[in-house]
Parts: sequence; structure tokens; C-alpha cells
Amino acid sequence: MTVIEPSTGWLSLGFRDLWTYRELFYFLAWRDIKVRYKQTVVGAAWAILQPVLAMIVFSLIFGRAAGLSSDGYPYPIFVFSALLPWQLFSTALTQSSTSIVVNRQLVTKVYFPRLIIPVSSTLSGVVDFLMSFVVLIALMAYYGIAPPVWVFTLPLFVVLALATALAAGLWLSALNARYRDVQYTVPLLMQLWFFLTPVVYSTSILPAKFEFLYGLNPMVGVVQGFRWALLGSAPHIGVLTILAFVMTFVLLATGAAYFRRTEKVFADLV
Amino acid sequence: MIQVDGLGKQYKIGQFQRYDALRDSLGAALTAPARLVRRKKRVDTATRGEPFWALRDVSFEIEPGEIVGVVGRNGAGKSTLLKVLSRITDPTTGSATLHGRVGSLLEVGTGFHAELTGRENIFLNGAILGMKRAEILRKFDQIVEFAGVEQFLDTPMKRYSSGMEVRLGFSVAAHLETEILLVDEVLAVGDAEFQRRCLGKMKDVTRQGRTVLFVSHSLTAVRGLCPRSILLRAGRLEADGETEAVLSRYIAETLGGQSAVVAGEELERRTRTSWSSDHSRPLFHVERLALLDSRGSARNSFASDEPFEIVLDYEVKEPISGMWIAFRIVNDAQDVILHTEVRDWAESGLSHRTEPGHYRSRCVIPANLFGERRLFVTALVEGSGQDTLLESVIDFDITFQGYNDNYAEWGRKVYVRPQLAWTIEPLGTAGSEAPPLAQR
Repeated sequence: MTVIEPSTGWLSLGFRDLWTYRELFYFLAWRDIKVRYKQTVVGAAWAILQPVLAMIVFSLIFGRAAGLSSDGYPYPIFVFSALLPWQLFSTALTQSSTSIVVNRQLVTKVYFPRLIIPVSSTLSGVVDFLMSFVVLIALMAYYGIAPPVWVFTLPLFVVLALATALAAGLWLSALNARYRDVQYTVPLLMQLWFFLTPVVYSTSILPAKFEFLYGLNPMVGVVQGFRWALLGSAPHIGVLTILAFVMTFVLLATGAAYFRRTEKVFADLV
Repeated sequence: MIQVDGLGKQYKIGQFQRYDALRDSLGAALTAPARLVRRKKRVDTATRGEPFWALRDVSFEIEPGEIVGVVGRNGAGKSTLLKVLSRITDPTTGSATLHGRVGSLLEVGTGFHAELTGRENIFLNGAILGMKRAEILRKFDQIVEFAGVEQFLDTPMKRYSSGMEVRLGFSVAAHLETEILLVDEVLAVGDAEFQRRCLGKMKDVTRQGRTVLFVSHSLTAVRGLCPRSILLRAGRLEADGETEAVLSRYIAETLGGQSAVVAGEELERRTRTSWSSDHSRPLFHVERLALLDSRGSARNSFASDEPFEIVLDYEVKEPISGMWIAFRIVNDAQDVILHTEVRDWAESGLSHRTEPGHYRSRCVIPANLFGERRLFVTALVEGSGQDTLLESVIDFDITFQGYNDNYAEWGRKVYVRPQLAWTIEPLGTAGSEAPPLAQR
């Protein structure tokens, strides 16, 4: 039985509904991954080319020319271990922030829990990530770096990266349905965020008193977590991880609440 | 079973196609800072336009197994009703209770992706419509067979013809097994043969004892499928009952008027206008629409061998750029029989910028064009972001006069029956080989 009434106040997440539509979630994620590199010449090779080319450019500019510290690791592997989660995050965020508008056909014609759209589009970069991960393993072998025993905590940071992207994606996709300004802001936001995250530089160049403020960016925890789990060490990893989890949780909870609150009018807006 | 109680849906005018630019909201906040604080209020008294009820206080009940048609003019609230019942958009007032799984088909092939193959799209589309993977697998062969796309299953959809795409879309939808089915205009697609098959399939569906709400412009389809119908008018429930009775009321009241001149309040009531949020009021205003014979008197019936004129009077209140005016002649099912617009004619006197003032646009419809039919006049006026639509506001009858003394009766009741040039020429004696198609 379905009861349709004007919605009032804050709503629950609607987990039961989400569970009923879990197959659609799977199909939408599958679609996004499947069509990602359709009609390109090198196809899925883009997944590897993007981070590898970025690594080469960054190594030349920041590693060689500018001579930035890389905490004692070879610069290419230092930057690549951070580029992996960064690319996963940035693909996920970019895709999910426009997801409601991109899927307006579905939103205006069919009912299903709207949360499925941003959540499933968050996963569209996962296959890319797995492919570049193979490159990382090769790179580590080349430099003769063995991961520490706590490498098994890596999935935790993968989840954290995706959760952070989703949290921002929920906010941005809902806002984008109403204000199309958002999609023009996202590329800029991503650039700023990139430089606020220690991908190309080491946190050691920061004054100590800003460390807490800096750590409020959950991606700091993610990137440092990756280095810690893969290369063996990263400064203040404990505090950063906890901070990242707390921040992501707060963003995620508020994002989901805002999304649920505005989703009722998506069909009238997009 | 469907129970609808006092359902209403309010839109702000202009909310349909536009999205807000942040600038607008910020602008509104700057001019009225108090609005930011009292956010609730801002939603209600929007800066843009009057609130508009797409659906107002609609109540009805549908018993299990009933097939109910929903008719009404464009903008009467049919699609809004379906969207609310499908949970795509929230109602503003009232409630609806639906017992059983609900399947809604507001278009065919929702979510089809051009890069995916037919096979992949069947699964994707099925999932979007709410089918389980196992259910799709079970029906897969039937779906493919009904659509007739066996050979193209592993071809990307971008290589499909639009007909194939539509057939596949309908086929997936037709195999949706829910207790309640909400259908909108699905039959308005595809070629005649496929439409016939769709109608047949819909009949099968209705025989399975499922509850169906069927929105359509095609009165023929509604007649064929639905014993009961609902008539909506300006968002309100106007009639509910046996289909024939409802349809004749729809035709009598909603389509056309008795008069060959429509103006004043009657015109006001039947005009739909939307304009951009940059302006606080409409930039132009249609004052009169009329049908005139060659002597300039208003009439509702014409002989097929006399020309007549469509006349539109309007007032431009503020300068308008890119004015566009079109007349359409449509039938009772809103199919467009003829479309003509001011830009077709270079010497119409249309200028890029229209200054304020009163204007009259006229278009002569030539003699010897239509067969014997009842037809309707629709006028569309656009400019500077304003759209004004006068849909089927005047009806008129054509009496076919024939082009010779003994024209066949069956060739009379067609929409278009022009007098065209024919030739017959002898090509040779009987028994000899037919000559090739000659080059000119």
C-alpha cells in the first residue's frame, strides 16, 4: 500500500525503499561504468593514462624542478599513492554532483528513491581505481618498496574517500537541481580542494599550528592514510584519520538530510 | 484500488522549464532581507508570478480491476495527476492511497542509453520501471519477441531506428506486472501497425484484472479501452462516469466554442500564458481570435470551395523582440492538420522588434483544401520569453463541395482533400512490353 501526501519536515533516509530498489542501484552503477569510455580510441586505457601522466608531470615540476620534500620516498611513488585516492574521489564527486541533472529523464518520469542516483554515480570511478592500482603495485615493485603489515587497512581509506565524495555529492547534486551555478563551480572547487590536500607536497611543509585546521579536510586523512597503509608511515595519521571520519560523517548526515528534504521537488526543478 | 482525496498540486508559474540561478535568489534576498530569515514565507509568496494550481481538490476512487481513462485539454492537469500518483512529485494538498504495487509508464524507454546494447537496455529499463532481475529474465524472450528486435539484441541502441527503440520500450513496459498501472500517452508513438498492437496488448492487460489509469489525447484509444473516464479541466475534476458521456461532454465543452469570434472573458479563460521571470506581467495580450469569410463576416461553417481568414488581435505592452505567431488547424484529438506561421511569409510586415500598440495578424486559408470535417483553430504567440497558447478555441465545419459532379462519398470525410494536378497519357498498344520510366 502506498500513501501519497504532502511531505512535512525532516524525513528518514527510507532504507526500506532503498533496499527494495537495490537492483536499480546496481544497474545504474553498472551503466555508468559500462559507458564511461565508450567511443574513445584507447578506451579503458584512459583510466591508467590519466594518473600516470599526472604523476609524470607532477614529478617533473614539483619533484624535480621545485624540489618539494616527499617524506623520504621516491617522489613518483609519493605522488602516485596520493593520486589514486584523489582521482577516485574527484571522479566520484564530479559525477555525483551533476547526477540528478544528468539523469533528469529518470527523475521526471519514474519514481524510485532519489538517493540511488548520487550514490550509484559515486561508484563510477571504482574500476578506474582498480586498474591504476595495478600500476601502483608495479611501481612499488620497481622501487623495491614493500607495504607494511597494516596494508589491510587500505579499504578503510577507500571507503572514506568514497564517503567524502558522496557527502559533498549529496549536497551539490541537490543544490545543482535548483541552482545550475553549481556545476560551473565544481571544477573550481576541485582545483582548490586538490591544493588543500597533500597530493603533490608533504604535510611537513605546513606550520604545526595549522595542522588541526588543515585536517578538517577529510581528504587529508584519506591521502595520508593511503601513504601510511602503502608506504609505511605518515605523520599524525591517528588524529587525521579520526578527524576525517568525524568530518565525513557530519557532511554525510547533513548532506543526506538536505538531499531528502529537497528531493520531493527535483522533478519540478530539473 | 486507488483512493484519491482532495489532491492538489501548486506550481509557481515559470517553475516548469526554468531553473533558478543563484543570482535570482540572492537578488531576492538583497531586496528583501527579511525573506531570508523567514524562509517559509519566501516559498509561499514567490517573487516570480502567481501561484498556479495544476491540480485542485481532485477526489475519486477506482475499484480493483477498473480501467479508467483521463481526458482533458493540454494543461488540464492530466500529467500532473499521473506524476503525483506515481510519486514523481509531491502533492501540495490532499492524499492518495494506492493498494498494491504501482507501475507507471509516463513514457516509453525511460533511461535507455544509446551506447548500451538492446539486451543491456532491456535490463536497465526494466530495473528503472521497478522490475526485479529475475522477473526480467523470465520475460526476456517475450519482450524481445513482441518488440521484434531479435537480430539487433547485441547492437548498441544508437544504431536502432526510432521505431525499433519505441517498440522495445513499449515491450518492456507492457511486461511490467503490477497490480496498478498508470499509463500516459504511451500509445502516441510508433507507426499505425505498432499502435494497433499496443492497443491490443493494453486490452490484454486490462483483461488480467489489473487497475489501470490511462491518460490519453486519443479519444479513440480511451473509447476502446476504458469503460469509465474522468474529465479534468483547469486542474479540477469536471466529470467522472461512463466514457461516452464524459467524452461527449469533453468534446462539447472543452473543445471549440459556439462562436466564430472569441474575445473578452471567454478568451481569457481559454488562454494559457507563461512569461519569463524578468518581467512582472505579460508583455503582450491576445484580445480577439476570429474566423471570417471572404466578405469579412464571422462564421463557423464554410464550404470547401471558399477561402476563409483567421484573424488575431493583440496588444503589445512593452517592446518585444523576435515575435512569432502561428495558427494551427487541429482535429478533436489535437492532431495538427495544418500549421502556418508568420515567418513563412516574407512580406507579412513582421519586424525584428515590435513596438507597443495594438496589432492585427491575418492569414487566409485558401479554398479547396479540406474535406468534410469539424476542425478547430489553435493560435500560438511567442516573443521575449512569453508564450501564449489558445488551444482549440474556435471550431468550424467544412462542407465538402467536390470538384466534379459525381465525387465519391467515401473520399469526402478526410481532413485534407485538395484539388491536385493529374495526367494520364497513352504509352503504347496493349500486348507490347511496357515502356521504361521515361526521363524528363
